[in-house]
Amino acid sequence: MTDTDLGPREPGTGEDYGFPRVLWRAVAEHPPPGVGRLQRWRSPLRGPWLTSVLGVLLLVALPVVTLTGLLSYIAYAPQLDQARPGDVGWLHLPVFDWPTRPVWLFRVNQGLHVILGLMLIPIVLAKLWSVIPRLFAWPPSRSVAQLLERLSLLMLVGGILFEMATGVLNIQYDYLFGFSFYTAHYYGAWVFIAGFVAHVALKLPTMLRSLRSRSLRTELRTSRADTLPEPADPDGLVATDPAPATLSRRGALAVVGGGSLLIGGLSIGQTLDGPLRSTALLLPRGRTSGTGANAFPVNRTAEAARITSDLTGSAWRLTLLGPDGEVVLDRDQLADLTLRTATLPIACVEGWSTSQTWTGVRLRDLAARVGAGESTRVHVSSLQENGSFNQASLLANQVADPDSLLALRVNGEDLSLDHGFPARVIVPALPGVHNTKWVATLDFRSA
Amino acid sequence: MASEHSLRAAYGAGPWHLLVLVVSFGVATSAVTTLGPTALWDSAVWWQTMVVWFVGAALVHDLLLFPVYALVDRAATAGAHLHHRRGGGSPRRVPLLNHVRIPALGSGLLLLVFFPGIIEQGAGSHLTATGLTQDPFSERWLWLSATGFVLSGAGYALRVVRARRRAGSDR
Repeated sequence: MTDTDLGPREPGTGEDYGFPRVLWRAVAEHPPPGVGRLQRWRSPLRGPWLTSVLGVLLLVALPVVTLTGLLSYIAYAPQLDQARPGDVGWLHLPVFDWPTRPVWLFRVNQGLHVILGLMLIPIVLAKLWSVIPRLFAWPPSRSVAQLLERLSLLMLVGGILFEMATGVLNIQYDYLFGFSFYTAHYYGAWVFIAGFVAHVALKLPTMLRSLRSRSLRTELRTSRADTLPEPADPDGLVATDPAPATLSRRGALAVVGGGSLLIGGLSIGQTLDGPLRSTALLLPRGRTSGTGANAFPVNRTAEAARITSDLTGSAWRLTLLGPDGEVVLDRDQLADLTLRTATLPIACVEGWSTSQTWTGVRLRDLAARVGAGESTRVHVSSLQENGSFNQASLLANQVADPDSLLALRVNGEDLSLDHGFPARVIVPALPGVHNTKWVATLDFRSA
Repeated sequence: MASEHSLRAAYGAGPWHLLVLVVSFGVATSAVTTLGPTALWDSAVWWQTMVVWFVGAALVHDLLLFPVYALVDRAATAGAHLHHRRGGGSPRRVPLLNHVRIPALGSGLLLLVFFPGIIEQGAGSHLTATGLTQDPFSERWLWLSATGFVLSGAGYALRVVRARRRAGSDR
């Protein structure tokens, strides 16, 4: 019995149609020319079992990718109105103060999201390959139920491909799509989630039944010469006139898995420091610029941010605003304060990260200087005039953390201009773009 | 239940099916309305709109990407079968097809996923973000692809040698 079982068959009719019967039958009996030719599927590997194996991999992995993605929205602090996209109605996880511990929280969350997402590309393509006969089957629907289910599949397939395409382009800084990445990727995710949940809810019994129809162990021992088609299935996945196998099922799964591992192996370098970073041969963050202590990847160069040396030279001042008024410090005065050194990773939403040793003044010490108390938020402003991340707000827990610094030095040397000289914010577990560079003002006054 | 039977006859499936899809469409509609329909098509450039990319993604895969690789694979497979038939079909003959197919798939997959760097697209925004150009990527991809084919070729040679030795020892 399939999900769209119409009940007892009417005698005399070969097929079952929903309401209105006349319409569906007319559609079924008038296929467009050439549809028959499209049905000549040749691979003997297609069938419910192979589809289910790929399906179960996606069932386990896609929720992880989705959840880490939704969590990254929370990490941007929607309660401070700085999450992207802006007001999303109810389409978000329960909002909570993104913690500062463990310090690798955002690094792992984003790394997992991007790397696992990339590794799923071959598996998604294989799954689509295995069910593509359904796309070209005629009639496309026999009832309203089937039509609606196909629409939900458009949400699922369009959704996952849209997410993958926008994600792949974004991590390589290619904004070919033109629209806002944050908006598109976030709302696209919700359309995908709707399609995914529907698909799982409707197809889980079929998937489990199909998995049990063959033994994985037997398939792993079956060579190409012994590979036979699966028994004919009601969904029409199994080819009616298959060619001899050119690859066994274990071979096909090995090829798909190998593709996944290849992608993973070429991506993980973006999160590693040291010589292993360069294993990310085809990605931007497998390379690094800068020299000496400042030799780690830059996000947004000083030139792009139009930061010039006269802005950051001896004329630069740090302005602190708080309940007790205003305090202005120059760089030497700042360096004379109690400095703390902390090794912290900095991670960007594109999934790459790097861990460095930062030296600077504690944010909570600067807060105390202007009379701001224990649970104070701060609004940080940069010298940078253009761009959307020339300012950021931090939550109270983020200001209070003992390792949240206004960094002056990295790895023992002064920050380079590209890395935010004269001072930049560094907070544990905070999304990279909120670690403001070229800081000008710290405003501890509550709104 | 009579009402469930009439639902099945009219709708084509049971109440669970209907409920799942209603909830699913509800969430999707909520997403679209929260985003605002203008955001879906709010551009002077029609192909830089979200709805085009969303539907287009499915269409490009189903009607372009899939047919292309299916046809290429069918041509390769047909060529392999022809070659086999002509070659006298000794049972120990090692087929070449997968030794070409697999590195080709690997190379194609890398091109698909990492094409912005390889074809140097988005050079401006890449430079702004990283301070680096995309120069090395195309060369690296070619080297990786070549390595794949060489390793596959070596594997093929090993299998041929082993097959010949087995044939020789059988005689």
